[in-house]
Amino acid sequence: MTIAEKILADHAGLREVVPGEIINAKVDIALGNDVTAPIAIESFKDLGADAVFDPERVVLVPDHFTPNKDIKSAQQCKVIREFAREQGIQHYFEVGRGGIEHALLPEQGIVVPGDLVVGADSHTCTYGAIGAFSTGVGSTDLAAAMILGELWFKVPASMLFIYYGRRGDFVTGKDYILYTIGLIGVDGARYRAMEFTGEAISTLPMDERFTMSNMAIEAGGKVGIIVPDKVTLDYVKVRAKRPYKVYKSDEGACYVETLEIDVSKLTPLVALPHLPENVRPVEEIGNIPVDQVVIGSCTNGRITDLRQAADILKGKKVHPYVRLIIIPATQEVYKEAMREGLFEVFLEAGAAISTPTCGPCLGGHMGVLAEGERAVATTNRNFVGRMGHPKSEVYLSNPYVAAASAVAGRIAHPREVL
Amino acid sequence: MIRGRVWRFGDHVDTDVIIPARYLNSSDPAELGKHCMEDADPQFASKVRPGDIIVAGENFGCGSSREHAPIAIKAAGVVCVVAKSFARIFYRNAFNMGLPIVECPHGVDRIQEGHEIEVDLEQGKVRNLTLGEVYPSAPIPPFMQELLSKGGLLGYVRERMGR
Ligand code: SF4
Repeated sequence: MTIAEKILADHAGLREVVPGEIINAKVDIALGNDVTAPIAIESFKDLGADAVFDPERVVLVPDHFTPNKDIKSAQQCKVIREFAREQGIQHYFEVGRGGIEHALLPEQGIVVPGDLVVGADSHTCTYGAIGAFSTGVGSTDLAAAMILGELWFKVPASMLFIYYGRRGDFVTGKDYILYTIGLIGVDGARYRAMEFTGEAISTLPMDERFTMSNMAIEAGGKVGIIVPDKVTLDYVKVRAKRPYKVYKSDEGACYVETLEIDVSKLTPLVALPHLPENVRPVEEIGNIPVDQVVIGSCTNGRITDLRQAADILKGKKVHPYVRLIIIPATQEVYKEAMREGLFEVFLEAGAAISTPTCGPCLGGHMGVLAEGERAVATTNRNFVGRMGHPKSEVYLSNPYVAAASAVAGRIAHPREVL
Repeated sequence: MIRGRVWRFGDHVDTDVIIPARYLNSSDPAELGKHCMEDADPQFASKVRPGDIIVAGENFGCGSSREHAPIAIKAAGVVCVVAKSFARIFYRNAFNMGLPIVECPHGVDRIQEGHEIEVDLEQGKVRNLTLGEVYPSAPIPPFMQELLSKGGLLGYVRERMGR
């Protein structure tokens, strides 16, 4: 069996599962945010449930429209705050002590290897990077999981992606995953578990692995999983709040498809509007002026990402026509960036630094685009209107390219500004 | 066993076609049902009769995770959707909302609008009564049938809670 199948089988109390089979499995963590949890809480109350299955395993993170951007979002946050207090939920993260859910949960050791996690948010697949099976569900699923501590799953077939070769300068995990989405398309992994492996994954730091797993959903995948290795365990050891189990795929495990990707051939990539599969090497983009650059989100708002941005921005100025917004994904990332002096670099360059929030990633607040405006963002979706006006555009890239574009005033290769 | 008249759609019918975002300010099923499939066929809601079946191609229900999509289809009177494949979150949401959906990769191309078909959820068969043909479909596992018989996930949870 593959790692994905083994985790599902164990949580369902079965010796074996096969793709297509439907199982009922215990979940280790059920997650909701300020947009999806209020609906689940309403169902919870309609059903007359009195208590969540385990107050330590339900996690609520207000992050999309926080700090509350308007009255409606304040109401939604109030619903989850009151529910958390009423239910004695340990992992509720208030503004100033939390951050973006998918950066926060692994960082705080709430999700550990071998877990089965459901979250009412499509990027719940991020935790595949530490060897957990984690996937996005609807609000009704979240209600059921909060009450029963279990949920039904259809076992996905697995696809294996083997990354090999030595990556060149300014090529990151973001480029691996953008290339992969470009290769198989936005529904290339529909119904499937994606498993990332190979020597070029072994040498990838944890933060960049999160970036890859985060965007599994942009290829339609149910999870983007990586078998834990030394890098994972070093990361997890100092954080885990619970014992954990490391699962590995069997030698003869069955994959519906295996793809090999030579990362030495990659250059930094950009996904053009309006689909994450519209991927081109940055050198081939031509002259595209930008109005705003956003470095942050559950995809690329971790400390490694901010360091990469700072490498480019050190001693440089943001182009006069560009607004650069930098959003550390969590409070911990924020503190670390401050300690390392990255804020000095950003502020001297002329960037705005925000408190952790999803903010502009979904066109919520903190940098919404006007008609005709164009942004380069380290986020994960460039759909029509994703960051604001339906006639605005989002180009997805890694933090090096985003920072270089902020300096150049147009989409630029990092080499052009160094 | 579900028997009904067919409405035929193509590949990649997305959640915005099933229920456009402009109607999401309501979660009232009757209201959602009136706008079901509106952007593919504006007359659909007025033509469809209770007990009818939607037959479509690949990736039915792709797009957002909105639970309003299966609710709208059910409220329009449609009792089952047969497609070559479904998008993942729609697949979940449909069963959670109590709407039976069936994958029938080999039969869909033979089925035309207006045909009369019969879907056997347990056996995994779709019978085309108009043409007199039978196509294999993925059988609905017992758990999902249980979910459907209880009207969806919340009905199932209610029963598990002993209420
Ligand atoms: S940062 Fe963006 S993609 Fe990530 S959870 Fe927030 S809104 Fe969703």
